[in-house]
Amino acid sequence: MSARQKKDLWKLVIAAAVFAVAMVLEKTGAFGGALENRWISMGLFLIPYLICGFPVLRKAVLGIAHGQMFDESFLMALASAGAFITGENEEAAAVMLFYQVGEWFQSYAVGRSRQSITDLMDIAPEFANVEREDGSVETVDPDEVEPGAILVIRPGERIPVDAEVISGESLVNTAALTGEPVPRQVVPGDEVISGCVNGEGLLRVRAEKLYEDSTVARILELVETASEKKSRTENFITRFARYYTPVVVFSAIALAVIPSLLVGDFMTWLYRACTFLVISCPCALVISVPLAFFGGIGAASKNGVLVKGSNYLELLADVETMISDKTGTLTEGTFKVTGLLSADGVSEEELLACAAAAEGMSTHPIANSIRERLPGGADSLNMNLLTGTENISGMGIRAKVAGETVLVGNRRLMEESGIAVETVDEPAATVCYVAKEDRYLGAIVIRDQIKEGAKDVIESLRAVGVKKFVMFTGDRKSAGEAVGRELSVDEVCAELLPGDKVEKAESVIRANEKGSVAFIGDGINDAPVLMRADLGIAMGSLGSDAAIEAADVVIMDDDLSRIPRVIRIARRTVAIAKQNIVFALAVKILILVLGAFGIANMWAAVFADVGVAVLCILNSMRLLTIKRTI
Amino acid sequence: MKKKYKCEIDCASCAAKVEDAIRKIDGVNDVKVNFMMQKMTLDADDGRFDEILREAVRAGKKIEPDFSVEF
Repeated sequence: MSARQKKDLWKLVIAAAVFAVAMVLEKTGAFGGALENRWISMGLFLIPYLICGFPVLRKAVLGIAHGQMFDESFLMALASAGAFITGENEEAAAVMLFYQVGEWFQSYAVGRSRQSITDLMDIAPEFANVEREDGSVETVDPDEVEPGAILVIRPGERIPVDAEVISGESLVNTAALTGEPVPRQVVPGDEVISGCVNGEGLLRVRAEKLYEDSTVARILELVETASEKKSRTENFITRFARYYTPVVVFSAIALAVIPSLLVGDFMTWLYRACTFLVISCPCALVISVPLAFFGGIGAASKNGVLVKGSNYLELLADVETMISDKTGTLTEGTFKVTGLLSADGVSEEELLACAAAAEGMSTHPIANSIRERLPGGADSLNMNLLTGTENISGMGIRAKVAGETVLVGNRRLMEESGIAVETVDEPAATVCYVAKEDRYLGAIVIRDQIKEGAKDVIESLRAVGVKKFVMFTGDRKSAGEAVGRELSVDEVCAELLPGDKVEKAESVIRANEKGSVAFIGDGINDAPVLMRADLGIAMGSLGSDAAIEAADVVIMDDDLSRIPRVIRIARRTVAIAKQNIVFALAVKILILVLGAFGIANMWAAVFADVGVAVLCILNSMRLLTIKRTI
Repeated sequence: MKKKYKCEIDCASCAAKVEDAIRKIDGVNDVKVNFMMQKMTLDADDGRFDEILREAVRAGKKIEPDFSVEF
C-alpha cells in the first residue's frame, strides 16, 4: 500500500463514520426533528461528502478547465450534485462515498496485480562487483560496467551483464529467463547470460556487452513495450469507450428533459438521469482488459516464453495452422548413429572401426557421427592407419586403411563398385554402406534424432485447437515423409531450399481459412518466414539477437512443450478479457434500463460502476495464478 | 538523450493524457508513460534535458494532479 493509498483509506474511514452518524441522527429524528428540514440535512451530509469527495470535485473542475466534458470525475460530481438537488441528500453522500471506496479498491487491486506481474519478471540485476587492476573489488551499478571489465560473481548473485567465464566453475540457474529449472554447468570459456543466478561456485567473468545490450535488458525492454502493442480487444474497448460515455450522458440529458415535458415531475426524472451518469464510465473495461493481457504476458514470461505484444497473445489463442521447421526444431539437429547392421560373419565393432578409420579425415556431419560412436570416442581413432582418401562426389569416399581399400557411401557407390548389399528399409535415416576389399561389411544407420516429447507436443497442440500441423524440411521427400509419419503431422513439405520456404509458407497461409498461421523455427536461417507468418515463434533463442528481433513469440530454450502451454495461457487471457466485457456490459445495460424505469436506484448504479470494475479486476488477477500449473 | 524514470500514474487513460501534454513541450522528441510498469521514458534534447524534465512533470501534474516522477 503506498503512502497515498494509506492517507486515502483514512479519509474513507472517517467519511464513512461521519456518514453513519448522520444516518443515525436522521433516522432517529434527533435535534427535535430539525433534520426533517431539507437544507439542514443537506448540510449534515455534505460533511462526509466533502471529506471523501473533495479530490473528485477538484478533478472535475480541472477537467472542465481542460475541456474534458466526459471526464469520470466531472460526471460523478454532476450526478451527486443532481442527487442533492432532488433532495436525496443521503444518496448523494453515499454515491460519492462508495464511488471513492471502489476507486480506492481499484487502485489497490491494480497496484497489487501490477506488482505481482513485475515480480514475475524480477530478473534485473541490481549491482555488479568489478575487480580493479590492484585486485580490489568495487560494487557498481550494472549500467557502469564496461565491456572487458573483470567481474566477480559470488554464490547466489545475479549475473549483471552477458559475459565469459575466465575462472571458476559453477551451476548457473537460468530459471528466471528460460523457465528451465535444471541449472546449467559453466566452466572457463563458457558464456554466461545476464539475469541468471549463480549457484554455489565463485565465478570470475569478463564482461562482453554493456548492460543495455545484454540479454536481461533486452528482455525487460521487450516485456515493457509488449503492453503498448494493443490487441484487437483492447482497441475495441478504446473505441467503444469513446462512444459509450457520450451516448450515456446524452441519454441522461434526454431522460431528464423529455419525459418531464410530457408528464411532468421533473425531480423524479432528474434523479433517474443522475443514475445514468453514475454508470456512464467504462472504467471496468478500460482497466481490466489491458490488465488481463498484461497478466497473460507476465504468466507467459514466467513460463520461459516472451510474447512481444498483446496482439500476439490474441493470435496465439487463435492458431489453426502451425508450420514447423524440422531440423533443430522437431529434431535435435545433430546426426547420431542409430543402428549398426553388420553382414554375416562381421562384428559390429569391426564394421564401425573400419568405417571410422576410413572417415578419419572427413569433416562431414555423418563422418563425425560415426567417429563419435567409437567406444573410446572420436579421439581414440588411430589416424596413422589411414594412408589415402578420395571423395566421390554425391556417393561417399574410398580410403586406404592399413593397406586395404575401404568404401563408405551410399547404395550407388556399392552398385557401381559391383558390391552386393542387403537392402536397409529406413526411409527417415541416412544409410552408409561399408565394404572392405570388395567384401560387404554391413550398413550404418544414421539419423537426426526426433526430439524427446515432440510427438506428445503435436498431440497437445491438437488438443488446444491446432487443426493442421505442417512440417517444412530440406530433406528428400521419402526421408521427410518418414519423419512426418513418425510425428503424425498432417502435411510434409520436403526438398525445400531455404529460399522456397517463404513461398511455401505463403501458400499454406492462403489455404488457411480462419484463425491464424504460426511458424516455429530456430530463428537462425528462417527469419524471413518468421516474419511472413501471422505469428513467428522462435525456439532456443536465448542470446540470439536475430531471432528475438524477427519473432513475435520467443521461446527461450528449446523445449517444445512450452508452445501448447503458452497457447493455453493465451486462450485463458482472451477468455477472461471476454468475460469481463460481457459481464460489465450486461450489468451496465441492465441497470441503465432498470434505472430509466425507476426500478434501480443510485446504489445499484454505484455497484454497476465500481462494483463491476472491481469484480473485473479480480477476474483479470486470476491470470496471475497461472504459474506452472498449465 | 533518452532516460527512464519511475513515476506514479493512476490509470491507462490518465497516462495517455499526460503523454499528450508532455509531447507538446518544446524540445521533447518522444515520451512514453507506461501505466503497467509505472515508468516514464523521456526522449528530449540533450542540452536542456533537466529543464525539459521539470517542465514535463509540471505539465503532467496540471492535467493529472496525482502524476509524480521520481528523479
